[in-house]
Amino acid sequence: MNFNLKIWRQEEGSGQGKFQEVAARDIPSEASFLEMLDIVNDRLTEKGEEPVAFDHDCREGICGACSMTINGIPQGPGRGTACQLYMRKFSDGDTIYIEPFRVGAFPVVKDLVVNRSAYDRVIAAGGFISERCGNAQDANDTPIPKTVADYAMDAAACIGCGACAAACPNGSAMLFVAAKVGHLGLLPQGKAEAGRRVRGMVAQMDKEGFGNCSNYYECEAVCPAGVPAAFIAKMNRDYALASVRNAVEATA
Amino acid sequence: MSTIVLDPKIPAGPLGEKWTNFKTASKLVSPANKRRYELIVVGTGLAGGSAAAVFGEQGYNVKCFCYQDSPRRAHSIAAQGGINAAKNYQNDGDSVDRLFMDTIKGGDFRSREANVYRLAQVSGRIIDQCVAQGVPFAREYGGMLANRSFGGAQVSRTFYARGQTGQQLLLGVYSELSHQISAGTVKMHPRHEMLDLVLVDGHAKGIITRNMVTGEIESHSADAVILASGGYGNAFYLSTNAMGCNVTATYRAYRRGALFANPCFTQIHPTCIPVSGEYQSKLTLMSESLRNDGRVWVPKRKEDCGKKPSDIPEDDRDYFLERKYPSYGNLAPRDISSRSAKEVCDEGRGVGPGGLGVYMDFADAIKRLGENTVRERYGNLFEMYENITGENAYKTPMRIYPAVHYTMGGLWVDYELQSNVPGLFVIGEANFSDHGANRLGASALMQGLADGYFVLPYTIGNYLAPLRGTRPEASRPEFKKAEDEVRDRIKRLLSIKGNRTVDSFHKEIGKLLWDECGMARSKEGLEKAIKRFDEIREEFWSNVCVLGDGDELNQSLEKAGRVADFIEFGQLMCEDALDRNESCGGHFRVEYQTPEGEALRNDDDYFYVSAWKHTGDGNRPELVKEPLNYEGVKLATRSYK
Repeated sequence: MNFNLKIWRQEEGSGQGKFQEVAARDIPSEASFLEMLDIVNDRLTEKGEEPVAFDHDCREGICGACSMTINGIPQGPGRGTACQLYMRKFSDGDTIYIEPFRVGAFPVVKDLVVNRSAYDRVIAAGGFISERCGNAQDANDTPIPKTVADYAMDAAACIGCGACAAACPNGSAMLFVAAKVGHLGLLPQGKAEAGRRVRGMVAQMDKEGFGNCSNYYECEAVCPAGVPAAFIAKMNRDYALASVRNAVEATA
Repeated sequence: MSTIVLDPKIPAGPLGEKWTNFKTASKLVSPANKRRYELIVVGTGLAGGSAAAVFGEQGYNVKCFCYQDSPRRAHSIAAQGGINAAKNYQNDGDSVDRLFMDTIKGGDFRSREANVYRLAQVSGRIIDQCVAQGVPFAREYGGMLANRSFGGAQVSRTFYARGQTGQQLLLGVYSELSHQISAGTVKMHPRHEMLDLVLVDGHAKGIITRNMVTGEIESHSADAVILASGGYGNAFYLSTNAMGCNVTATYRAYRRGALFANPCFTQIHPTCIPVSGEYQSKLTLMSESLRNDGRVWVPKRKEDCGKKPSDIPEDDRDYFLERKYPSYGNLAPRDISSRSAKEVCDEGRGVGPGGLGVYMDFADAIKRLGENTVRERYGNLFEMYENITGENAYKTPMRIYPAVHYTMGGLWVDYELQSNVPGLFVIGEANFSDHGANRLGASALMQGLADGYFVLPYTIGNYLAPLRGTRPEASRPEFKKAEDEVRDRIKRLLSIKGNRTVDSFHKEIGKLLWDECGMARSKEGLEKAIKRFDEIREEFWSNVCVLGDGDELNQSLEKAGRVADFIEFGQLMCEDALDRNESCGGHFRVEYQTPEGEALRNDDDYFYVSAWKHTGDGNRPELVKEPLNYEGVKLATRSYK
């Protein structure tokens, strides 16, 4: 297959970039999108041109390293990450635009590589259960209904790729934050510090410059892990309750 | 013979009491003194992430490094199937002793007995710890944890979270690590790659890293260095490993004097999606858990291979695993299942493009359980399969073929997980000790978390306690010298400006290893490969093309350094395979097999760990043996019939 690629090229530290036109010829239809880029990069290198930098690692859709926007859609068309997209989904002769995620809180490092450390800082602001390794009680001492465990798992499936924020017109990270708040808050082990968690994570999310949710649901549409946007509503409730409780406790 | 004598430091006492005896006698660092120590942890997978988090909790100062942009992306995340633990929640006869025996036997009696026993002992605690930190394992309707069975076991002891167990365990570790990062005890350095180990007076006291964004070469000193940098499966180019997985951290330590143990013990996983073309960059695993319900078969006759599977009647199918290993059937261990698949394909009975594939059929399971139950158990795997191959496995059998998946070999460590270099500790897939010549399914996650959460935090005290935080500064000349060497190497890579891409070299050595040091190995082939590696290395250093600069994000440069190490390391794998004149586990030498084609082990001559010592560039490595000594287990021929 043949494609006409328009790839975002940006030098490190420049703050500005532009599209480069690259012809991708004789690409096998069974190749994945990233394998197509491998082929393009090998050919660029052979011509003495610098290959395109892009983040990728497991190429199984689970590590969340992929961070490109393909034809305007973060992680590309279809469910799953860019590495799980196959060239047979395109038509011969297609023009394909490849850009980095466009979110203020994820500055571009180089070409298609962005800095998503804001997500790590949001998790460090409360996305955990404070417990000490060593002497936890037996795992079956606290039964957890299957429906609860399954629902928590729906949220825990988040791969932290950032597509939700990249798809949101507001650059909001609320699906990502809500997924962690929901996952831990649903489980009995995570309830003790649920209020502190949601307040801490939301405060950090705001500090990083992510926007707020105004119900576009673009995040849910692109989420490679299929995390439901309903978790955002749950987080909003949790956050409101936790804030009220905190205010009352402060006066008590 | 070597002058090095390896002391595995196995504690005294009966097998079941060794670990308790060790803990009772081990030295402690007092809480007030812990903050005077600095520890370096390289890697943030299950082993490294958990170790860093626990050291942080205990009050040590931890510097943690990973090449990914976030510690949450370490390759443990891709493990699908599950984690073993001897909980016996299913009341099906499981116990610490049985998990221990299964693991020793699965490893074909080439792992260290005392380490494996300890692993089985701490396994239950891991599940408790994971549940406490919020890992949403699969549960039954009564709220209790669910289990499934995995290869090489006749009990259900595997805990799982859909087909994403590794992800959930790693996110648990990552959350605990994040907690410590926010508490200030762990300083995280993502997008940093370790490029050398620094020794001061013979002790590991620091590392040299490259900041992968700025290209800056940095020195970091510490009281001890912990490597948790994973396995070297990417030496084969095509593997189920993430693209960035590499041998550099452990190989650089090897060049500095650490011994590399059993490098030829690699695991070829039986159930991966077959290779479809030259452009392919990686192979995708289909979890072994599928073998609980999928039946593996090929046509009985070569002539039927081109037919649609649905047109081949039951009588004309050869369910070869069920036929050859009736008691374990489709759940035979990985090495045996992989070799059986290779055999039937070598006979010309393989299916799919190139005849390199066998069917894994779910028709019976769907008939028995209904499509919904099968979907609930494996839905994401079926989806993944369809996405990659365009085929619907609910309607037509999956095609699978073995692929490189895990490496049992690694840096040599003693019972305390310390290498022969004092102060250098190695955990998880990066060390060698627990899986022998073949790892059973769902035991890598177990070992990673055991090492990081429950073993190393207890064993490191013996080394640290007498030091009292007297680490050298990173300004010492040893660091400067190592930094200069790293810079020179980078400069050299960038200055060659040859005609071949890094990937083309990687593909070449990958194919060489797969052909000569893969599922079947021979003296002749290995000798040929060892010579060939010399030629490839020479060509690499005169004809590789690495564009761009060293002081920026440069993915070609990163890859070039890793591939240069893989070229040297691939040769070491072949040396090890050549030395071991027996077949055991994943190491199958065609000269040593039973009349039925099973592995023929030689306990009289090869009941030892092969630990290799670097003797300088251009010289062949030197073999140091650690004789194995089993106190509780009788050596036996492995049988899964």
